[in-house]
Amino acid sequence: MSSIFWWVILPYIVGTILVLGTLYRFAYRQMSWAAPSTEIHEKKWLRIGSVCFHYGILFAFIGHVMGILIPRGFYLALGITDEVYHAFAIIGGAFAGLLVVIGLVILLIRKIIHTRVRLHSTFADFFTVILVLVVAALGTYITAIYDVFTREYEYRTTIGPWFRSLFTFQPKYHLMESVPTIFKVHVIASFLLFASIPFTRLIHMFSFPIRYPFRAPQQYRSRSHFKR
Amino acid sequence: MRIKTQVCMVMHLDKCIGCHTCSVTCKNTWTNRPGVEYVWFNNVETRPGPGYPKQWENTDRFKGGWVLKNGKLRLRAGGPVSKLANIFYNPNMATIQEDFYEPWTYDFEHLFTAPKKDRVPVARPKSLMTGKYIDKPTWSSNWDDDLAGGNEIAPTDPNVQKLQEHIKMEYEKTFMMYLPRICEHCLNPSCVASCPSGALYKRDEDGIVLVDQEACRGWRFCMNGCPYHKVYYNWNTHKAEKCHFCYPRTEAGLPTICSETCVGRIRYIGVVLYDADKVKAAASVEDPKKLYEAQLSVFLDPFDPEVIKEARKAGINDQWIEGAQNSPIYKMAMKWKIALPLHPEYRTLPMVWYVPPLNPIMNHIENEEELATDGYIPAVDQMRIPMEYLASLLTAGDTGIIRHVLLKLTAMRVHMRAKTVGGVDDYKHSQLLKEADTSVEELEEMARLLAVAKYNERFVIPTGRREMKDDLFYQQGACSIEDLAPPEGMIR
Repeated sequence: MSSIFWWVILPYIVGTILVLGTLYRFAYRQMSWAAPSTEIHEKKWLRIGSVCFHYGILFAFIGHVMGILIPRGFYLALGITDEVYHAFAIIGGAFAGLLVVIGLVILLIRKIIHTRVRLHSTFADFFTVILVLVVAALGTYITAIYDVFTREYEYRTTIGPWFRSLFTFQPKYHLMESVPTIFKVHVIASFLLFASIPFTRLIHMFSFPIRYPFRAPQQYRSRSHFKR
Repeated sequence: MRIKTQVCMVMHLDKCIGCHTCSVTCKNTWTNRPGVEYVWFNNVETRPGPGYPKQWENTDRFKGGWVLKNGKLRLRAGGPVSKLANIFYNPNMATIQEDFYEPWTYDFEHLFTAPKKDRVPVARPKSLMTGKYIDKPTWSSNWDDDLAGGNEIAPTDPNVQKLQEHIKMEYEKTFMMYLPRICEHCLNPSCVASCPSGALYKRDEDGIVLVDQEACRGWRFCMNGCPYHKVYYNWNTHKAEKCHFCYPRTEAGLPTICSETCVGRIRYIGVVLYDADKVKAAASVEDPKKLYEAQLSVFLDPFDPEVIKEARKAGINDQWIEGAQNSPIYKMAMKWKIALPLHPEYRTLPMVWYVPPLNPIMNHIENEEELATDGYIPAVDQMRIPMEYLASLLTAGDTGIIRHVLLKLTAMRVHMRAKTVGGVDDYKHSQLLKEADTSVEELEEMARLLAVAKYNERFVIPTGRREMKDDLFYQQGACSIEDLAPPEGMIR
């Protein structure tokens, strides 16, 4: 029964909060929707911390797409053996994970030590940084230590199909029962993080200005049909 | 031809006394909120000096404005692709610590609550950002006020650094002037082009550059993308804010608060018509010294029947065309050519213009009573503020244009002096008039606008064009602040 809660009910609750919360914030809380930069207060440590963290998390995201969303059969069809995949995943994943963790530790220390940055950080800001750090540290541990020293766990036959099955509304929760505890903790912590996205600074990930290179440099707007 | 209207300002620097009334009233009106204490939409700088933020003219550091690369206009800080690569950290952004200052108030409460002691209680400075005491403030927005002459402040002026060989900071040669600054509301704004979210825009109706507070995502590239450093970051809301030319006032036909309260009456506001199709070409002129002329070429003569016809076709109403005809800006900047743009070399086509100051002559003119009109010509070249310095501010280094403007202003003074108290020879045939390329009629017209013009001559502001607003009847009597109060009024 408990596996139904953790691998069926919780993911859908989180998904609902994420979608509805984001829509609500987009519709009614635009004024709070920003990348809340503290660069104006301090930029020496931000330069290392922010760049490490953000590029690390981009790599990590790509890695998760490759490992969880793309099925194992796809790699086999391409002729990529499990050994080659795992070697690549461990090296790439460890690199990305370390970037994220190092970046976050720098950002967290900066947040605590620098007076102006600390005073302008809310509970949500600390919560976010610490939770992302927990999730990233677990992920990095799994990739760089568990997979190397304990055993190479084939998550592409369990976690991957379960996660994809969430989107087809036929959750294969029984697949998660045999998964090692450390992976389960990583997944549940991530879902807590996803649920917090609409209420924290993490919301800025959805406004990456991808249209910028394609728009005209000068923007004109008329008062008569301004955005209401 | 794509006709657009632009609200502009001229500041007559001769009359600026550096009292900061404009800055204070602006601050009290717009930036007295948490997050923007360090923000000065309007500030007055003592020159030569570093200005605010410190050394904003240092384009090597902040990388503001445009540059010409292989004949094409490019943002100095890099185009969209390099901006997106740098989006996690903006290398060129100014900080509170180094470039602005930590704003403070004083612990006045202590003066009332202090117990009886041997010593008089003092109000200690207290940070507005952290609430903690600052024992010794070391910089602020006008910390260098009136300190232009020293050998400590003046060399930090990027313009002085450029001209080091020409300007020697010897005590008897020191000079000083005031430079009030607001957002330039450029025709080719680099802040707008720097905004990844597209939140900054130029208003079609009056050319005012605004930040859409709801669309701004706080990427901060506008801050240093503006070469005048007039876009600020609100550290409380994490959004950009800037001078909006007091649009709630100008829409109602009132001058901006800085102009309204200006003690010296140095500010003039009016509208001009320009051809939006010509802007890009004007900003792309190769030689920076030609940029001033190119900038003038985008403006249209509001008396030309062809222009009036086109303007009406573009939806500009008669009130605005009339406003453009009576515009003091059109007279000073385009007709008489005595008002110059600030740093045209940034290629943004700034729309706040400056009449350069006349200033004391280095070597005293001994026999001013008998002095012939033409005797004033060499005087122009001996003025205390080096012409190179003014040229570095206003004409991208072309001293010829500055000299011409100063000659014209001198001719105006000589003529008006002769007219009222006499004492010079027949100016009508003088070399001064010829060199200044002007006529007596023009000089008298200039003197009227520069010295005695009344409120409604200095501020010719047609009210906001609201007739295209779809439902005026619905809007009638409604609050203009749509987001804070519903247009139908507050219903209880």
